Amino acid sequence: MRYFLITLLLITAAVVSVAGVRGALSRKPPLEVFPDMKRQPKLRPQKPSAFFADQRDSRLPVAGTVPVDALLSDSPAATGFVPGTTNYAAISPYPMTAEWLERGHQRFTIYCSPCHSAAGDGNGIITKYGLLKAGNFHDPRILKMPDGQLFNTITLGKNQMPSYAAQIPIPDRWAIIAYVRALERTRLGDLNDVPVENRAALR
Amino acid sequence: MANLYPRWFNRLPLMAGAGLLLSGALVTAGAWYYLTPKYSRVGYQPVQPVPYSHKTHVDQLGLDCRYCHSAVDKSWYANIPSPSVCMNCHSQVLASDARLAPIRDSFKSGEPVPWVQIHRTPDFVYFNHAVHVNRGVSCVSCHGQINEMVEVRHEKPLTMAFCLDCHRNPAPNLRPPEEVYNLRWTNDPAKQLAMGKKFAHDWKIMSSQNCYTCHR
Repeated sequence: MRYFLITLLLITAAVVSVAGVRGALSRKPPLEVFPDMKRQPKLRPQKPSAFFADQRDSRLPVAGTVPVDALLSDSPAATGFVPGTTNYAAISPYPMTAEWLERGHQRFTIYCSPCHSAAGDGNGIITKYGLLKAGNFHDPRILKMPDGQLFNTITLGKNQMPSYAAQIPIPDRWAIIAYVRALERTRLGDLNDVPVENRAALR
Repeated sequence: MANLYPRWFNRLPLMAGAGLLLSGALVTAGAWYYLTPKYSRVGYQPVQPVPYSHKTHVDQLGLDCRYCHSAVDKSWYANIPSPSVCMNCHSQVLASDARLAPIRDSFKSGEPVPWVQIHRTPDFVYFNHAVHVNRGVSCVSCHGQINEMVEVRHEKPLTMAFCLDCHRNPAPNLRPPEEVYNLRWTNDPAKQLAMGKKFAHDWKIMSSQNCYTCHR
């Protein structure tokens, strides 16, 4: 009995010392004992696949593919231009509502504020790490830009700014522009924007 | 006639029984402890081609999860960003840093960066990211404090029991929608339950336990 207990203890100690404890860091992938159902020869996004010559299972669009967005292709909503011209659309084709502005605020915070800052003055956090100063939305140059030109910049990029077309779908670009316009107004207000009864509190 | 069996033989059935019971208990304990993703998956931290730090990008710079994982609220799948997203900043920031060489190469050649997937559900599990994050389930509920990880590791077991615990009682994991991507957000546990119950009711969250919810 004693030998049996000692053997049992040794086996336990061996298992624990080899297998370790739960949650310990491991560089090796988890062991899967019966992987045949867990790992099926089907396509999952962004996984390698032996089926295709280039090993990608997320297929790249065939050359010449027209994206669905382009079905709107002539409308100002899709191009930022007045149809049939090279003039920028003066204002966004989307109606301005509170929800729209809120959507624009959210998307602006995600995609624009790292460089342009939450205030839109072009001093976002990335500029402290070596990025050139981004555009200042309160600059008269940008204040005067038609909405369509801002759309064009988001879509294609400009100078140091890369295209955000892949990250921001078309309607969101217009929502962001709506929010940028609201942001600009925060520094354009004057006393006439304040209701008369509240003016005394400003002094 | 000499005794054929020594005296201790009388205790043999007892000893055999105790031995079997003890071995059985140990094997059961070992299986319970080790044969679960709580052991096999939690703590998995592969070496990635680029030592991308979520701590730097999320905690220090304050980037939103969706800046890179831009499809997470639209698609069932939370995309790994393409190198062009990295290059939005890294064309200028750390533009010639050796650690970022795989990103620059991939950006130029179009060949994917060989990131190693960490959270990998079985192929018969269809987890939908969009429906979860759009109904107030934060990234941290399943991925842990990603914002504090210099290297990402598998933090939660993501077992079927893990999913079902929340599907049976989603209230502890439901946040106000605007706090879903705020990985530092915490709530008073007492308030959280009432808040979560209210959200589950208001948003008509019917976290189904039907097999077909996740398996097909």
